[in-house]
Amino acid sequence: MKAVSTADPSAAEAASGPAGSTTSGSLELRNITVRYGRGRNASTAVDDVSLDVPAGSVVGLVGGSGSGKSTLGRAAVGLVSIDSGQVLVDGVDQGRKPGRRPIQLVFQDPFASLNPRLTIGGSVAEALPRADRATRATEVARYLDLVGIDPGVSTRLPHALSGGQRQRVALARALAARPAVLVADEVTSALDVSVQGAVLNLIRDLQRELGFAMLFISHNLAVVRYLADRIAVMDRGVLVECGPAAQVLENPEHDYTRALLSGVPTIGEPLPERAAVEPATEAETEATAR
Amino acid sequence: MSQTPRLRLALRTPLGIAAAAASTIIVLTAIFGPMLLGDTADRIDTDAIGRHSGTEHLFGTDALGRDIAARVVVATRLTLELTLFATLIAVVGGLVLGVLPAVLGRRAGRLITATVNLLVAFPGLLFVLFLAVIFGVGTFSAAFAIGLGAAPSTARLVQNLTASIAGTDYVAAARILGVNRFRIIVRHILPNIAEPVALFVSTTAAGILVAFSGLSFLGLGVQPPDYDWGRLLNEQLDRVMVDPMSAVGPGAAIVLTGITFGLIGEVVAKANAGRTAPQPEIATAETSAMTPAEESASGLLHIDHLQVRFPGHTAVHDVCLTVDEGEAVGIVGESGSGKSLTALAAAGLVPHPGRVSSRTMRFGDRDLNKQAPKGTSMAMVFQDPMASLNPALTVGRQLAEVAEVHHNAGRAAAVSRAVSRLGAVGIINPELRVRKRPHEFSGGMRQRVMIAMGLMGEPRLIIADEPTTALDVTVQAQVLALLRDVRTESGAALLLISHDIAVVSQVCDRVVVMYAGRIVEELPVGDLADGVAHPYSAALIGAVPSMTTDRDTPLATIPGRPPEPGEQSVGCPFAPRCARATDRCRTEEPVLEQIRPGRRVACWDPITTATHELEEAR
Repeated sequence: MKAVSTADPSAAEAASGPAGSTTSGSLELRNITVRYGRGRNASTAVDDVSLDVPAGSVVGLVGGSGSGKSTLGRAAVGLVSIDSGQVLVDGVDQGRKPGRRPIQLVFQDPFASLNPRLTIGGSVAEALPRADRATRATEVARYLDLVGIDPGVSTRLPHALSGGQRQRVALARALAARPAVLVADEVTSALDVSVQGAVLNLIRDLQRELGFAMLFISHNLAVVRYLADRIAVMDRGVLVECGPAAQVLENPEHDYTRALLSGVPTIGEPLPERAAVEPATEAETEATAR
Repeated sequence: MSQTPRLRLALRTPLGIAAAAASTIIVLTAIFGPMLLGDTADRIDTDAIGRHSGTEHLFGTDALGRDIAARVVVATRLTLELTLFATLIAVVGGLVLGVLPAVLGRRAGRLITATVNLLVAFPGLLFVLFLAVIFGVGTFSAAFAIGLGAAPSTARLVQNLTASIAGTDYVAAARILGVNRFRIIVRHILPNIAEPVALFVSTTAAGILVAFSGLSFLGLGVQPPDYDWGRLLNEQLDRVMVDPMSAVGPGAAIVLTGITFGLIGEVVAKANAGRTAPQPEIATAETSAMTPAEESASGLLHIDHLQVRFPGHTAVHDVCLTVDEGEAVGIVGESGSGKSLTALAAAGLVPHPGRVSSRTMRFGDRDLNKQAPKGTSMAMVFQDPMASLNPALTVGRQLAEVAEVHHNAGRAAAVSRAVSRLGAVGIINPELRVRKRPHEFSGGMRQRVMIAMGLMGEPRLIIADEPTTALDVTVQAQVLALLRDVRTESGAALLLISHDIAVVSQVCDRVVVMYAGRIVEELPVGDLADGVAHPYSAALIGAVPSMTTDRDTPLATIPGRPPEPGEQSVGCPFAPRCARATDRCRTEEPVLEQIRPGRRVACWDPITTATHELEEAR
């Protein structure tokens, strides 16, 4: 186990290696609408949302549970079929069909996103183009090294790794597909507090090093603030606000953004006095239970 | 643990030994039986027709004077071959039908699913008889009929398992990577459904054995001059009243082989389930350097040297905690730190195999080691309010029950108190809301209901275990504010458990940081701003960005991972991840010591002591 655990600061150095092969691209989501169910039971998870992620930038997408932020991320990679709208990467329409796209997703739960019966190396190799065995092994080792995982673990199964390490492997798999755009869906919320920081540092360093565009989805405004250049806010399927990070955080225009901001707990800062007597705002969000 | 050693472990149990021995005997009989006894079984002896069972012929002889015992042994091979052949057909058919919906398009997939559902609904034996008649009388047509008859139920299982695996994130990840359907099935789906399918197949094989014997018995299966156990049973049926033993031979063979198949299934299942036997409890020779109970017996809740043990590991080590009347104390820690178990121990709710021991555990004037806390003086709020409210009862009923049971209130009085309590926790129109069921409330509202339930009595302590973790940030702030208001109004003390130190700092007076089942630091909330003393607390704060974190500096990180439950550590449990660790930290466990009034820390080299010395030096 000891050999597996990696020193975190090394990730930045590893990233400066020869791996910087990812091409950068831009992501454009145009008037995306996603509905679940049919007829009377139909509900609109994402309602006519348009969002741009310019090449090389990080856009943070925040919202409560049931806001449709994860559905939008899944729609972008083709996991959720969209009812109307377009997903464009570098101006090219990705169509409605699932299949390999220049856009990859890193999932929330690293315990569920790696096949328990497939070795670490095997999982990462799936993202690589067809090549002979030796080339693939070198590539797998290179990408594992990039995320600060000892390439020696590539023959082991995921259960040998901790949550933080698995999330690094999931990140390596996504990067091995050389995406122009990366969607990170709540990548730190399933991790223990003490390893969240290391994973966030890694994502930040890799993004700066490789320069891919990133849609960073999170319910945690402080995490989004740390990484994002622009911030988009979703509430009940609708994009309510989008703008440069500093502007959204300092001069929020929408009430929901203000509510989100005031709800972020800060160490040593007592609760705002009037927070308890606002059942009205909560009555609106009737579907908050996860 | 990988599959092979687990299988080896399972084989070492009495069940495993029995299954291995029985299957070895059956296989050896099938291989060598016909070679050794083939001639005996076929020899027609007109002098010994219809002999009774005895020393010469164990099960007697049949109408042509052939030895039945020998025939039972010889029939093993054919019976086993046909059973395995039919099972193979069932498995292949089941896998193909089960996996196809995932490969084909939506429409074709639905057609196959519907067909399988239809076939499963059809009575199995009727289906087999129907097929047997269509295929005609004969050995292999019977095997086909039985194999195909068992295929739909296998297909149904495979379909369900495939559907659940197809919905996992790793299959989604493979789809995004453009891995084709066939590869997804071979690499991702089949390996992950193999174990339950193997288990199902072994029990199906037992069923097939019996069904095949049944067909042969009815004359639809194996035809003379061939014979299997069913056929032998059929031939001897006439004599069963005269000489029971002649029919017992083939019957026993069928039953014992069927049981063996079942045993193999059990062993496979046990190997899947992981550890077969509970691990022996680790001897608890822990007389660790306990600080003498320095604290006076004051406080509302007083816990002294609490230990919570589970088979194989100790989850909470020597936790001493005091909550004063009306005070709000927060326990912060990661998963597995023992924070929830500490609270559950105080409420007497530690789940089954856990064993609680403590020197003192006192709530008010009650010794919790001897008595349960009184009535409604302690209230609990859990993380998931949906799981802690009964979905079948109205919210009003559940609240009123508290007053009826604990305060002997009448029904009307209880309901009116429920209405007033719901109003007190900020639920609008409580008169209407009492008649709703939990699913008609949102997550935040349900949490308010839970708090209202605690307020039905006169709680002196509210224990809230991650009450806002499942809630949105905006709702979280409201629920926290409610807890604060409830506390100021009722004067109850609060024990708030959370993984988020910021949440705790907003509501509590005092923070207790736990790591690996121990308290590592305890400090007043006001001191958080000055800096914490334990390196773990510092890392916990630095690892998560706040709204004021500098975007250009990397976040503080803690290398490594928290210890797994049951992992034995020498010295400070945090030492392997601590940058300040010295040899002493790695060999000697630090004691929780007071460094200032109201502040305790378990560290040989705390952070603030150094800065204080610096301040004093200035």
